[in-house]
Amino acid sequence: MTATIETPVVLPAREARLPKPPGVIADTWNVMVRELRPVFREPASVLFAMVQPLVFLALFAPLLPEVEDGSALQWFVPGIIAMTALMGASFTGANLTQEIVTGSHERLLVSPLSRSSLLVGRALKEIVPMLMQAAIIVAVVTPFSFDLHPAHLLVGVLILAGFSVGIGALSFALALVSKDQEWLFWTVQQTLIFPVLLLAGVLLPLEGAPGWLQFGSQLNPLTYVVDAERALFAGTFPVDTVAYGALASLLVAAFGLAVGLRAMRSSS
Amino acid sequence: MTTTRTHPRAARPVIRTEGLTRHFTRHKATVEAVRGLDLEVGRGELVAFLGPNGAGKSTTLRLLTTLIEPTSGTAEVAGYDVVRQRREVRRSIGYVGQGNAAGHAQRGRDELVSQGRAFGLSRAAAYARAEELLESFDLTEQAMRPVSTLSGGQRRRLDVAIGLVHTPTLLFLDEPSTGLDPQNRVNLQEQVRRLHDELGTTIVLTTHYLEEADAIADRVVVIDHGRVIADDTASRLKSGLGDLVTLGFATETEATTGAWHADLALGSSAEVVREGTVVRVRAPHGADAAPGLVTELAWQGIPVTRMEVVSATLDDVFLELTGRSLRETDAKSESDTDNEGAAA
Repeated sequence: MTATIETPVVLPAREARLPKPPGVIADTWNVMVRELRPVFREPASVLFAMVQPLVFLALFAPLLPEVEDGSALQWFVPGIIAMTALMGASFTGANLTQEIVTGSHERLLVSPLSRSSLLVGRALKEIVPMLMQAAIIVAVVTPFSFDLHPAHLLVGVLILAGFSVGIGALSFALALVSKDQEWLFWTVQQTLIFPVLLLAGVLLPLEGAPGWLQFGSQLNPLTYVVDAERALFAGTFPVDTVAYGALASLLVAAFGLAVGLRAMRSSS
Repeated sequence: MTTTRTHPRAARPVIRTEGLTRHFTRHKATVEAVRGLDLEVGRGELVAFLGPNGAGKSTTLRLLTTLIEPTSGTAEVAGYDVVRQRREVRRSIGYVGQGNAAGHAQRGRDELVSQGRAFGLSRAAAYARAEELLESFDLTEQAMRPVSTLSGGQRRRLDVAIGLVHTPTLLFLDEPSTGLDPQNRVNLQEQVRRLHDELGTTIVLTTHYLEEADAIADRVVVIDHGRVIADDTASRLKSGLGDLVTLGFATETEATTGAWHADLALGSSAEVVREGTVVRVRAPHGADAAPGLVTELAWQGIPVTRMEVVSATLDDVFLELTGRSLRETDAKSESDTDNEGAAA
């Protein structure tokens, strides 16, 4: 076991010739690729966030009432895909919590990678498992009474991508604030996720709900995302619904990244 | 082993701190983790920060590696200010923290490559460097296993390898051998020593193991309660204290006379204490003086029945400086400012 390192010993007073640092884009790409490697080395890991949505799909779908135009599955599946995206992206901070506990987060903080790339690269990575999960769900339900509209699906996925990035960034922010207190991360995550899900009408339609519930639903960005997804999955393209969905997704992304960047910059 | 090499304090030190201070607020109380540290480390030195848990060693390291900001005072590392030029500092140093550098869900090779890329190595160069380090640290077989499945020793070697990806000329190691078994600890110390000897890498490490500071560092900076209380080579720190010669006698009367003779023979630099039939002499070059003393006592008709000569350890130095034993302090290390540093 010999620690031989070939570089000649050049010792200027200051490291005058520091190698040119990679730019923010290269840093962000590096962080994203690093985050994706465990996903690709163990693709089954993307199933983790899918257990609950798939169980819901299996147990709820048979209960869905018959509807006149199109199948109930057509209405239910977009909600489940949005739910999977929310679950996956909101779990993701747990990985960072683990890195904070074991020490690799500290190593990255001392590396030349910029703070913003450490957050943005991680948040952007959320798009990939979201795509894999959406593909699995669509593949599972397509044999049943479910029609596929590829062009609409693409728009739907774009809206979900922005939403996932924003939720992922918020989840990382929560992990950074929780530091090594894993329980804090999970408590907050679990407390927030179900109201967000239920208020978006993912499992049950909110038509005819009492006013306060309707109001809560209108404040929930996921509501607009799910509405847009449902329209798109049905093969329709109501411009206002889709636009509201896209806007909600962008707002979540912008808010999430802003909060996440703030948390990452003050991380030590 | 320890050398008596003098530290080459270059005209422009690699590390220079002036009045470096860091406070933490814990439960509305202010903890002064580092208090007005003035320190210079020259190029090519191998320095150990030695002190009990909570002494402020790790906080100092975290200040020097830009992880936390000083409350007051300044520090320059590799010619850059740790507050105003953080990115330059980060690009100039290698850092091996107390935790694991590699993510536990990651593979060792992947982490080495991404670290190389972070320092601006090309893809090909990053992969080549990763292979080289995996081989140097005997980790080739574990390169594609999840880090969480590696043994403690393998993980620690990977941590050091990751810290060396960009061949830094200045390397910080925070408690590098904590949690390792004795064999792995010795291996790691040899690697650190070799890195210093072969490449001239400036190395600053923290440790609360006396043996470790003694075995590898050219210069030992003893830190306690956030202050430097001693700073010299290990051998000079110890020789200042002298050797401990323990002499046993048949009776207390003989021991009293023996103590009187020892005091007379060794002069004022010696410290002589009698306890029952045992006389303890702490004296510079005590090991050299002991045979003569025993012969002298035999001449006086006071035979020494047993004798023990022990060189001073860094623990003795610590005890002398603080009135506490480092080992004891270490065993009951509750209020631990180092951990507050880590949590801040």
